[in-house]
Amino acid sequence: MLNNMLDFVPVIPISEATEAVTDWLKDTFAFLFDPIKEHFGNLMEFVAEGVLMNIPPIIFIILVALIAFFVTGKKFGLAAFSIVGLWLIYNQGHWEDLMNTVTLVLLASLLSVIIGVPIGILMSKSKVANTIFAPILDFMQTMPAFVYLIPAVAFFGIGMVPGVFASLIFATPPTVRFTNLGIRQVSNDLVEAADAFGSTGAQKLFKVELPMAKATIMAGINQTVMLALSMVVIASMIGAPGLGKEVLSSLQRASVGPGFVAGIGIVILAIIIDRITQNINRKEA
Amino acid sequence: MPIIETKNLSKVFGKNTKQTLKLMDKGLTKEEILKETGNTVGVNRASFSVEEGEIFVIMGLSGSGKSTLVRLLNRLIEPTEGSILIDGEDLATMDKKSLRKARREKMSMVFQQFALFPHRTIVENAEYGLEIQNVPKEERKKKAEEALKLVGLGDYMHQKPGQLSGGMQQRVGLARALANDPKVLLMDEAFSALDPLIRKEMQDELIDLQSSMKKTIIFITHDLDEALRLGDHIALMKDGVVVQIGTPEEILVNPANDYVEKFVEDVDRSKILTAHHIMKRPETVNIDKHGPRVALERMREEGISSILVIDGKRDLKGYVTAEDASAARKKESSNLQDILRTDIPKVNPETTMHDIFAIIHDSQTPVAVVEDNKLKGIIVRGAVIAALAGDGEVNLENA
Repeated sequence: MLNNMLDFVPVIPISEATEAVTDWLKDTFAFLFDPIKEHFGNLMEFVAEGVLMNIPPIIFIILVALIAFFVTGKKFGLAAFSIVGLWLIYNQGHWEDLMNTVTLVLLASLLSVIIGVPIGILMSKSKVANTIFAPILDFMQTMPAFVYLIPAVAFFGIGMVPGVFASLIFATPPTVRFTNLGIRQVSNDLVEAADAFGSTGAQKLFKVELPMAKATIMAGINQTVMLALSMVVIASMIGAPGLGKEVLSSLQRASVGPGFVAGIGIVILAIIIDRITQNINRKEA
Repeated sequence: MPIIETKNLSKVFGKNTKQTLKLMDKGLTKEEILKETGNTVGVNRASFSVEEGEIFVIMGLSGSGKSTLVRLLNRLIEPTEGSILIDGEDLATMDKKSLRKARREKMSMVFQQFALFPHRTIVENAEYGLEIQNVPKEERKKKAEEALKLVGLGDYMHQKPGQLSGGMQQRVGLARALANDPKVLLMDEAFSALDPLIRKEMQDELIDLQSSMKKTIIFITHDLDEALRLGDHIALMKDGVVVQIGTPEEILVNPANDYVEKFVEDVDRSKILTAHHIMKRPETVNIDKHGPRVALERMREEGISSILVIDGKRDLKGYVTAEDASAARKKESSNLQDILRTDIPKVNPETTMHDIFAIIHDSQTPVAVVEDNKLKGIIVRGAVIAALAGDGEVNLENA
């Protein structure tokens, strides 16, 4: 009897509806998705194979070490770690995978920032935008990352492009949130001063609010980059190349050794990226 | 024509402000309105006018609405009702573009916590107002540097605000406001965050600046001494209401109500009141017409032991004592010249009581108040003490 009360409504076809919507989106916006897939795919291929893989590993390692050296305020720690870590990845024969992963992380992060910062600004300025985007951000962050792979495949097929798409959805929220927070945190005094001198909205934003919020926004971007990196393994499930793919195939074949090696590669990359972005932030703050 | 004139300027924070305005009309206090509607009255029907070139001080304790009022003047806070006429234009009804223009050209603001942009150098801070008006780089830099030199910071152009002391930071705030060459400076508790010595120094400099540049300054403060030092006129606020507007003297001497009286009770009156306020009409004899007999007669009538001697043009000649006059009368002398004493201390009407203390302490006679050697009045010890106590007879009619 009691159970019947719960059954008084038949199963609501949420999954069917989602599929219908996705199909509809896919068909209706095919003119949009297909060129994105093609051009973006070409771009990524160009970045990974045309640029990064054409840089001799030794030059790449030295470049990273130099960047690490200068952003840490001319200290040797991170630079030395970069040299040893990247050499180890090279030594294990994962250089190409590394370049693919770097491409995925860089492009996903870049897009996240390009999309996330303006949305964050909008949220900080408009109550309506804040009310609309806040739950969407929560949704994006709490939905298991795997779920994004499904529409990504539906829209973009398999490979690097859907990988970036899934990473984008997963990694953008911190940039949006921190941008919003950073601008809201700008001291009321300074906002008043900007207004009192007759600044336009844009002048206030670019001359006062964004410079003041920079440290906070950079912290958000750091988080975004790390999240994009954490998507590397998951994105490999839909055919995104890179270190993640090695981890995945090791998992499928239950071979601990290669899995560990590829995993270590991701960790090394994560540490280098994290420390470099954090130090950029500290230096400018 | 006044440069700024507000009429019924009001601000209510909260919802349904129209209804709150009606309650204000009925004369309910801020507290009663808060209880009834949950709304806070920021400013309640403030009407005043500020003349060009004066320092107009708005004074009140915290929560009196003075900071809200100054923000209504440049519409950093939107008024609920009333008008703000600046050069005859109503700021309250302006569109955004005109408002921005007015803020850029007519008035600049100086903030209590300086509100300098920490990511910009000192000179870049001073440039800000001109930069957003798209003044060419060279020109705005020149103007910013001039403003910084004016406030004595010529050597710190390329430092960041964080490297400067509080007093210096506020000078930058002042320079930033002056660089725009506004007609009106709005100074919101500009010196309150500074330590007392620096504050006094800044007050002096502001007075100097104002007298050389002829800016109109609206100065917010909670410090009565500061208000009295700076203000040509002072508006006293309580609970959002302007309770009295007047010159420092008027406020001190004739407080409009108990609140103002309480407020001014602790002021060091000796620094405000001058000889002019405490002097009495003197008893005199005319050296050309009168002799010792008349002098003695007048002293007896008034019960005093000495009397001032003047000539036909009211020029002060000196004084005679009762003792001397009595001796002279016995000798049947008819001349005051022989017994005239000239060692009487003189002050002019602007001398503050503070300075009179020392003079009157060392003197056996009352102090004469003279202007261009014309006798204006006399100060006796009793009057000084009474005026300090705050309940003496103070001659405002003279003012």
